[in-house]
Amino acid sequence: MKRSLEHVYRLGIKELYSLRHDPVLVLLILYTFTLAIYTVATGVRTEVRNASIAVVDEDGSDLSRRIRDAFIPPYFKPAAVLPSVKDIDAAMDAGTYSFVLVIPVRFQADVVAGRRPTLQLNVDATAMTLAGNGTLYVTNILQNELADYVSRSEEGSSLPVKLSVRSKFNPNLESSWFMAVMQIVSNITMLSLILSGAAVIREREHGTIEHLLVMPVTPAEIMLSKIWASGLVIVAAALLSITLVVKGMLGVTINGSITLFIFGAAIFLFAMCSLGIALATFARSMPQFGLLAIPFFVVMNMLSGGVTPQESMPDALRYIMQIAPSTHFTSFSQAVLYRGAGLDVVWPQLAAMTVIGVVLFLVAGWRFRGTMAAAQG
Amino acid sequence: MTDGDHAVAELKGVTHRYGQTLALDDVSLVIPAGRMVGLIGPDGVGKSTVQALIAGVRKVQTGRVTALGGDMAIAAHRDGVCARIAYMPQGLGRNLYPTLSVYENVDFFGRLFAQSEEERRWRIVDLLQSTQLEKFANRPAGKLSGGMKQKLALCCALIHDPDLLVLDEPTTGVDPLSRKRFWELIERIRARRKGMSVLTATAYMEEAEGFQSLIAMDDGRVIATGTASELKQLAGCDTLEEAFVALLPEEKRIGHRKLHVPPRVHHDGALAIEANDLTKKFGDFTAVDRVTISIERGEIFGFLGSNGCGKSTTMKMLTGLLPPTSGSASLFGKPINAQDIDTRRRVGYMSQSFSLYSELSVRQNLELHARLFQVPADAVQPRVDEMLVRFGLGDVADAMPDALSLGMRQRLQLAVAVIHRPDMLILDEPTSGVDPVARDSFWELLIELSRKDGVTIFISTHFINEAERCDRISLMHAGRILAMGEPDALREARGAATLSDAFIDYLEEADGRQDAEDAAAEKALAQPEPEPETKGDPLGLKVRLARIWAFARRETLELIRDPIRIAFAIIGPVVLLLTMAYGISFDLENVRYAVLDRDQSQESAILGEAFSASRYFSEQKKLTSEADIDARLRSGDIKVAIGVPPEFGRNLLRGYTPEIGVWLDGSDTFRAETARGYVQGVINNYLEDLSRRETGSVPNLSPADVEVRFRYNQAFLSIYAISPGVLMMLMLMFCTMLTALGIVREKEMGSIINLYAAPVSKLEFLLGKQLPYIGIGMVSFAVLTAIIVFVFGVAVKGSLLALATGALLLAGAATAFGLVISTFVRSQIAAIFGSAIIVMVPTVNFSGMMYPVSALEGNAKVIGTLFPALYFQRISSGVFNKGLGFAELYRNHLVLALFCAVFLTAAVLLLRKQEA
Repeated sequence: MKRSLEHVYRLGIKELYSLRHDPVLVLLILYTFTLAIYTVATGVRTEVRNASIAVVDEDGSDLSRRIRDAFIPPYFKPAAVLPSVKDIDAAMDAGTYSFVLVIPVRFQADVVAGRRPTLQLNVDATAMTLAGNGTLYVTNILQNELADYVSRSEEGSSLPVKLSVRSKFNPNLESSWFMAVMQIVSNITMLSLILSGAAVIREREHGTIEHLLVMPVTPAEIMLSKIWASGLVIVAAALLSITLVVKGMLGVTINGSITLFIFGAAIFLFAMCSLGIALATFARSMPQFGLLAIPFFVVMNMLSGGVTPQESMPDALRYIMQIAPSTHFTSFSQAVLYRGAGLDVVWPQLAAMTVIGVVLFLVAGWRFRGTMAAAQG
Repeated sequence: MTDGDHAVAELKGVTHRYGQTLALDDVSLVIPAGRMVGLIGPDGVGKSTVQALIAGVRKVQTGRVTALGGDMAIAAHRDGVCARIAYMPQGLGRNLYPTLSVYENVDFFGRLFAQSEEERRWRIVDLLQSTQLEKFANRPAGKLSGGMKQKLALCCALIHDPDLLVLDEPTTGVDPLSRKRFWELIERIRARRKGMSVLTATAYMEEAEGFQSLIAMDDGRVIATGTASELKQLAGCDTLEEAFVALLPEEKRIGHRKLHVPPRVHHDGALAIEANDLTKKFGDFTAVDRVTISIERGEIFGFLGSNGCGKSTTMKMLTGLLPPTSGSASLFGKPINAQDIDTRRRVGYMSQSFSLYSELSVRQNLELHARLFQVPADAVQPRVDEMLVRFGLGDVADAMPDALSLGMRQRLQLAVAVIHRPDMLILDEPTSGVDPVARDSFWELLIELSRKDGVTIFISTHFINEAERCDRISLMHAGRILAMGEPDALREARGAATLSDAFIDYLEEADGRQDAEDAAAEKALAQPEPEPETKGDPLGLKVRLARIWAFARRETLELIRDPIRIAFAIIGPVVLLLTMAYGISFDLENVRYAVLDRDQSQESAILGEAFSASRYFSEQKKLTSEADIDARLRSGDIKVAIGVPPEFGRNLLRGYTPEIGVWLDGSDTFRAETARGYVQGVINNYLEDLSRRETGSVPNLSPADVEVRFRYNQAFLSIYAISPGVLMMLMLMFCTMLTALGIVREKEMGSIINLYAAPVSKLEFLLGKQLPYIGIGMVSFAVLTAIIVFVFGVAVKGSLLALATGALLLAGAATAFGLVISTFVRSQIAAIFGSAIIVMVPTVNFSGMMYPVSALEGNAKVIGTLFPALYFQRISSGVFNKGLGFAELYRNHLVLALFCAVFLTAAVLLLRKQEA
């Protein structure tokens, strides 16, 4: 046992040396956990921000001007004015505006006369994230503006109930909070899969695995050494990212325990590195491995709940995604980092990741020796 | 051509360093033209560096190197003459393409020199016949033995009738018979091409004996030049081998003496190695055919045989690396078991190819292996130091293996194999490429181990003088053992003067066809050879295209040999497209919510029903307190909590405007925003309903209606919005990944040397590498588009041609981007990871696929603009969703074309055509 640990330790140290001799890879890892996170978190908005809107004002009245001015930052860019409805097609085809509002002739007069005129709102539905929520925003703004206008000119009626909406864990619904952590999760997934799997393939391509297999070292030891070495690097990078980029530069409030997060990340990495090694036993060369890895990390990136909510996925797919360790890690991370959940809440995710990890490790170990030696033929 | 007095190449005051290590120290030497010149000297003294500099594959640091009448530091001269120089690098066929067949490898080099099909054919047939490779013409190069690879590499070097042939230890690891034929072949070529100069480095002194002129080097300097007899005279020795030792400086000779093998002490107990009818088949090829050996403890057992005869395979079966097809074998009386850790600890194994960690220094490699072999902790350091001294590795202890010469690397492997003092050593050609002094010192160690410690040694070799030192040897050929016994007994049995003669005699007898082959080879050479066609202008377009085609064709062949990779490249995107289209959706439903009802009135129950009736919400267990809201949200059980205040119903009916509290889980902002909208909608419905109940009429909540038109996607279905984006993402990711390994892989495997040595431009090389993958990309595009149209039912509303052209340009840009990545990363791992992360981030986030481009801010906008994803997204979404064509989209096509050009230019600038 002590010997085994010594082997695992030595071989792992060797992996770290390999990394040290690959400055480009080190730079890429740093980029992944700093600049890439920062850029995505600050650049991409899932909430309505900076939405581009144009108005075709056929009325030219006070009310229509008020409506035009109602679209204000940070939700909207100042509304542009299109001269005629004929310009709508070209502008929307080019993707210049996500929304184009048409205010018909005699609009103000009709409102005042209580004839309930109709405003037409064109929405570019190719951008689904914005189209849905943005439409709600636009209609809300319009209704408020109109209600306000009408109540000033005559006796207005306000709604019989007041709705007070509060958002917990992220009071202003800043999407950068969400994007930053989800991006870290996604990058951990990608990196762990590639680092561990490629490390195995490299040994095979360089013939060094042959050497290991004639030594008093077991496949389990070889695999564990790669897992701890890759895992250590990634956990360190993720920790750096959370404290420096997410808390420091982005100013996100981390409600939960970072220690607990790191603990969960370690379990997740065990599962992902095992998956990487298992995949490596199916690929015969590095080019094959590269291609084989893509579907795995892309699916885990898109469907683990970080990009599209789990609820909106079809049931069958949602059940299948339960096999992916990243699904559990995504919910784990959201619970711990945003909602400050403790072990009592997230233990099911931790248990699921452990079970998946052990199964993957066994599969990888079972295939390891056979495929490694055969490749030498 | 030139006469003997002329110099074909010259070094003046050349100094060369690898980092801190001085490889050449102010070397000046002249290589006479039209002659066979040999470079001799110990390992790691700079022989390879001299050759690489002359061949132009290494960059001149200081001093002046001229070859074929020009300065090799000048790129224009190099480009001009590299077609006249043939360079064969060191190492067992490192520059070959393992999945290509023997014929295809040579053919590729012929194409590089723009030879016509007919010319290539007769040249290849000639070369393969002369090297006895024609039987293996269709075998992949990776499946050849080390010696056969050497022969093949030579064929590749000789395909184009060079004026200067630079061979770096060409016969290392080649069996005696093939070696003899090898030099005969060179002689015949020299006879045919009068004036061809040959510069060879060699570790075989008997070969050097035959050269017209020799240059002896030591420690980065030239120590003697002259003919073999001149050198012998100078040193006062009878053989060149002795002269070589005598010429070395004092300190290197210390301890070197004639080897004496003391008689063997017989040990009792089980046989060390016992094999019965051991057989290994690869498909229908029998590599090892019923081999039976028994080796006693403490015996030095030599394994000789022609290249590819099954020696290495036999050894691998004995180590447990390969399971035998039939037969049995046991070590120390125990049947071989791959799982048996204890036996492994007692065996030291050294494989033919270098199999140590190139990322660890010499010392670190030794330490790691000592620890893995469980050398006691306090003994590790002394043992490592002992090995460093014993194998003369002290000076390079902290160097990286890649910076060492072949001979030095072999020594390191040997040191690793014996560091744990095993009871048995299985050594596969351990001394190939090692200089005579080091070889003797190694043998001294082997003899000591065997005689003093009773270590059993099973060793394969091509050196006859090493075979003579073995207790017993066996001769192997074509998978079978021809003869076994004491060296003298075998020699006498054949009545031969030397063991070498006996060996060749055995082999020639075993291979009856040999004579016929010889005759064929002679005939091939005797034939009036077709005049080599006048080669086109090396800068002419036709020749350039031929070279691009040579690379593209080779890349395609490699790809075809790897159907799994093609399958991954085509099936991967399909699987992903189906999963994404099915899985990515912004149609949020079933938001989990719970109500905290502190009113418990009829009205609050009606409000609750309004929520539970909505398909957007899914009701969970009721909340019990304020604290419960927090806990349930925290645990993730619910995403929305709705709080109805006390007296809600009464206050509402009295017109007191009660306040409904809504708490959202803000951790997923998109879901929270959407849920907020849903809540608003449900409340509005509730109020309308309330008004109808109370007043009988729907209230005029709004003075105007808003009519929403979802353009391009009337049904507001995710699949329409997502498909064009997924198409873009998949093409970009896979095309980049396909080429991202192209160059760095050749660097790791060694075949990049062909780019350095061949008369091709960097652009030709890159284009050749790119073309096949653009092809794959387009096949993938066709498949994906078909799925989107026929399976998902998303119609192509706009111009299909505009879409396809865009896809072609995107494939071009992505593959070129992959090449850029490949030129600046150092390892394949970095290439895979780099292409994944660099492509993934802007593609998913900044392209407009998931989030609208018009809303991007800051860096994100800049990165998005500087990446091709956005432009193809516009084309893809424009054609699929908006029904557009070239007229509206052509600007995006132009930008994509610009990306192709920029990325290719970057790759050309980053790619180096010489080693540092």
